[in-house]
Amino acid sequence: MNSVNKIFEKELLVKSTTDNLAAIRDFVKSAANQSGFSEDSTGKIILAVDEACTNIIKHAYKYSPEGNILIKVKFNDPKFSISITDDGSHFDPNTVPEPDLREYYKQKRVGGLGMFLIKKLMDEVNYSTLSGNKNQVILVKYLPN
Amino acid sequence: MAEFNVNLRDVGSVSVIDVKGYLDAHTAPELENIFNKLLVEKQFRVVVNFDELKYISSAGLGVFMAYVETMRENKGDIKFSNMKENVYNIFDLLGFPILYEFYKEEKEAVHKFNDLG
Repeated sequence: MNSVNKIFEKELLVKSTTDNLAAIRDFVKSAANQSGFSEDSTGKIILAVDEACTNIIKHAYKYSPEGNILIKVKFNDPKFSISITDDGSHFDPNTVPEPDLREYYKQKRVGGLGMFLIKKLMDEVNYSTLSGNKNQVILVKYLPN
Repeated sequence: MAEFNVNLRDVGSVSVIDVKGYLDAHTAPELENIFNKLLVEKQFRVVVNFDELKYISSAGLGVFMAYVETMRENKGDIKFSNMKENVYNIFDLLGFPILYEFYKEEKEAVHKFNDLG
């Protein structure tokens, strides 16, 4: 267990392949531990980041392994924010409907669960387009008192 | 690299899949392979034992959604057992308990199939 820090920043740059998901989870786990989150909250943050990166690999880069994913973690007690940036194709998160499991079951659909989970797991989720055609999602979780 | 292992065994007429480790977008294809094998062998009664599963993402949940209807159309099902609380919570967030049966112990899930004859 790392000691708890009040303010820090760290970043990880990886290629857009699913075999990097484990390294991404380890990176996020260590940062969340360092910030003092409980095991339960750390698990939620790890899953949200995994889902966001999986979406980037699948949709922004369409499984091309050459893309970059930049993950920056910033903690300023009590705000823990993770920005995830890619330069793959843009997608509008507002066009993704909230999944209805019964409808999914009927239609044999399996996509769209990731974005829904991210919203449920984090306190704030913000998608934006940056200059240079980059996409960015910022996930925020507040450390409880 | 995420560690994931999947093992298939028969308990009577029921196929039990043991999943172990981390089930994410990278490892989900290994589980799909097992389900494809079951379809080829016409084994539609499936229990997934989660005892040693530490982590699941939506890519893993998607595998069960992709195969459950085919199993049910053939008088089978996919039932879940031995799930840890942190893994169950993810299934619960997505509303799976409405559509799937969860059991504490593998043998309860297997018996449920046998009760049907």
